[in-house]
Amino acid sequence: SVVCCPPQNYPLYIRSVPTENELKFHYTVHTSLDVVDEKISAMGKALVDQRELYLGLLYPTEDYKVYGYVTNSKVKFVMVVDSSNTALRDNEIRSMFRKLHNSYTDIMCNPFYNPGDRIHSRAFDNMVNSMMMQVC
Amino acid sequence: MEQGPAGGTSAAAAAAAAAAGTGGLLLSLSETEQQRYSELFSRCCPPPEAAAGGSSVGELFRASQLPPDTLHQITEVCGAKRMGYFGPAQFYIALKLIAAAQSGFPVRIESIKNELPLPRFMALKNDTEVRYGTPAELHGVKFQVTHATLEKNSYKRTDEGDKQEPKSPPMSPICSPPASPSTYQRIPLNYGYSKARSGLEQQHGAPYEVRHSTHQQDGPSSGNYGPKSALTCSTPNRSLSVEREQQDSSTHYSDDPWRITEEQRDYYINQFRSLQPDLNAFISGSVAKNFFTKSKLPIPELSHIWELSDVDCDGALTLPEFCAAFHLVVARKNGYPLPETLPETLLPEYLQAASLKPMRDCALFDSYPEPLPGSQQTRDFSRTEKSSAEEVPDKAALLQDGKKDDKQALKVSTALKTIPKEFQHLTVKTAAQESSALKARPRSRSYSSTSIEDAMKKGEEPPTPPPRPQKSHSRASSLDLNKIFQQNSQVVRSGWLPPPPPALPPRPSVSQTEQPSEVDLHPQMNRPPSQAEENSSAKKEVVLAQPPSKPARRKLRTEAQGLETPELSPTINVTSSLPASKAHLPVQKQSSKQKRAIQTAIRKNKEANAVLARLNSELQQQLKEVHKERIALETQLEQLRPVTVL
Repeated sequence: SVVCCPPQNYPLYIRSVPTENELKFHYTVHTSLDVVDEKISAMGKALVDQRELYLGLLYPTEDYKVYGYVTNSKVKFVMVVDSSNTALRDNEIRSMFRKLHNSYTDIMCNPFYNPGDRIHSRAFDNMVNSMMMQVC
Repeated sequence: MEQGPAGGTSAAAAAAAAAAGTGGLLLSLSETEQQRYSELFSRCCPPPEAAAGGSSVGELFRASQLPPDTLHQITEVCGAKRMGYFGPAQFYIALKLIAAAQSGFPVRIESIKNELPLPRFMALKNDTEVRYGTPAELHGVKFQVTHATLEKNSYKRTDEGDKQEPKSPPMSPICSPPASPSTYQRIPLNYGYSKARSGLEQQHGAPYEVRHSTHQQDGPSSGNYGPKSALTCSTPNRSLSVEREQQDSSTHYSDDPWRITEEQRDYYINQFRSLQPDLNAFISGSVAKNFFTKSKLPIPELSHIWELSDVDCDGALTLPEFCAAFHLVVARKNGYPLPETLPETLLPEYLQAASLKPMRDCALFDSYPEPLPGSQQTRDFSRTEKSSAEEVPDKAALLQDGKKDDKQALKVSTALKTIPKEFQHLTVKTAAQESSALKARPRSRSYSSTSIEDAMKKGEEPPTPPPRPQKSHSRASSLDLNKIFQQNSQVVRSGWLPPPPPALPPRPSVSQTEQPSEVDLHPQMNRPPSQAEENSSAKKEVVLAQPPSKPARRKLRTEAQGLETPELSPTINVTSSLPASKAHLPVQKQSSKQKRAIQTAIRKNKEANAVLARLNSELQQQLKEVHKERIALETQLEQLRPVTVL
């Protein structure tokens, strides 16, 4: 489950693979945005590649991890994965965020794309889907 | 009439040939039939030729108002497909079959054994009028178009019936051919187009609006032919393919809608030139956006087209990218659904040609683009002057081959021109790739002029590696506090001081208020003068490693004004830490891989920097505390000492 948000904190792109609990996922992401903001303001250094790791964010019963990633222009990427998927290592998460960032900049290069629009790019969709298939 | 006896003899010959061609079936034509058929045959091929042009035949068949698949069947049955052209026998058989079909008989050889009425060709008179119409007559356009276009263009015509509004330039190649209706009968597809092209090039300076006005004249007239053309759009292709088989199709004009024909390519190149006079430069994103928006396609589709065609994702279109994008726009306008990925013919074709001759002397290509357009034009004109069908196929092959080579050379030169031009564009592209990629992206890298980059990379690998290993990565990896305490803390600081000062100044600008500790660090770190030597040496390394990427990034900023990469400029700010005056190293010999490596190295360094800076601050605090303790102890000692001394 992946979300991409600009600084104004409305989602530009949101995609989940496990389609159940979608609303709960949205809620989770929303709350995590607050934490991301807090993190950004707290540590001002190393803005690039910042990521944080949450374990058991909301309730102990809900075991999933929320990862965040912020670009230099305060565009946030949030990713939620099941804790049952313990095979995911930090490096993999990092690489996934990197891929997301790359695709995002590719979209930016498109002159027909206005920043702030929802992302409809098929290439981006494909990339995200393939990534999520890998994980789940 | 004089055609009669000739027709009679030819009919007899045709009958015999028909007998041979159809496996022993003797075709007997009545007198009237013979007359009619010979008349039609002569109409289809006025010069005394053995073969009727497929285009005129196709038109004739369409005039019979039979459904397209019937006409296909007829062409197959009469053996034209097999032979590749309409000989008199085939033609007569075909006519007989048409008659049969019109009478309601199935299209079989058997059905024409019977006596049949003459085949009826509707609107034949109109056809002939239009055919021999004046060059200025725009109606003639439609007929030439029906012959001389691929499926795609036939779709265009159906669109014309719907949209009266001025459309994008793809319409204009159809408008310009009216200059040469007389040529289309014998001269096959390619040469009709060559005339079109010459007409187009004559009109080259005309803006869209002029073309649209001519197109609008077409509009009302096209209404008549719209429905008819819609019916029969597929048949000209079949007969056309028949004809094409006859010629030497060195240009691979299949029905593949994703293949750009020579004419289309010329047209795209002209359009490119109108937007950007230098064929080897880029069209920036905003310019291209305005241009393609004129085609009135919806924005999401244009966005998708851009995504497909801008393969290196640099926000600008090179000539091949532009051609691909234009082609996609044209296809979309004609109702083709956009593909999910870029079709092969639209991408590797060009870049293959571009990578064909990577090691050629750049100077050679300096002069290439100028004579190229000129030579293309002269070739076009020379080609159009030829009217005899026999010479044409051979020369067409030669010319088209030569043209293709030129085109390839043009594309190569578009790729290679970047080298003589101080590597600006290449560095922009690679820098854009770099800064947008942030990390290695081998897939996109493989597309854009990899061979050239390889050549340059090899030149670049030797000089730069030496500075990099000295970046003290080993220290970065050792985050163990104990280790650092064991090591001389001064050594640590000396090793790391030089990098942080260049990097930090931008950072405080980004997050000033949140880092009081860092501010403390600055004066402390700037203090130790004893490490000046190490400072300078390390700085030099930093200088060497960073400037190669910096000037490229600066260029990126200046070049890519149309680029919408707000997040990239902060990266540029952060990474281009050294003042601009320091970094005027030659930008020419940059390789993307090197930049990538440098960037990863820079990133690692930054992370290490950050960690160590934190460590530093913690250590500083500890140091302060220790100092305080020490002061406290000393005061205690002072207090106690007089007692002991005394």
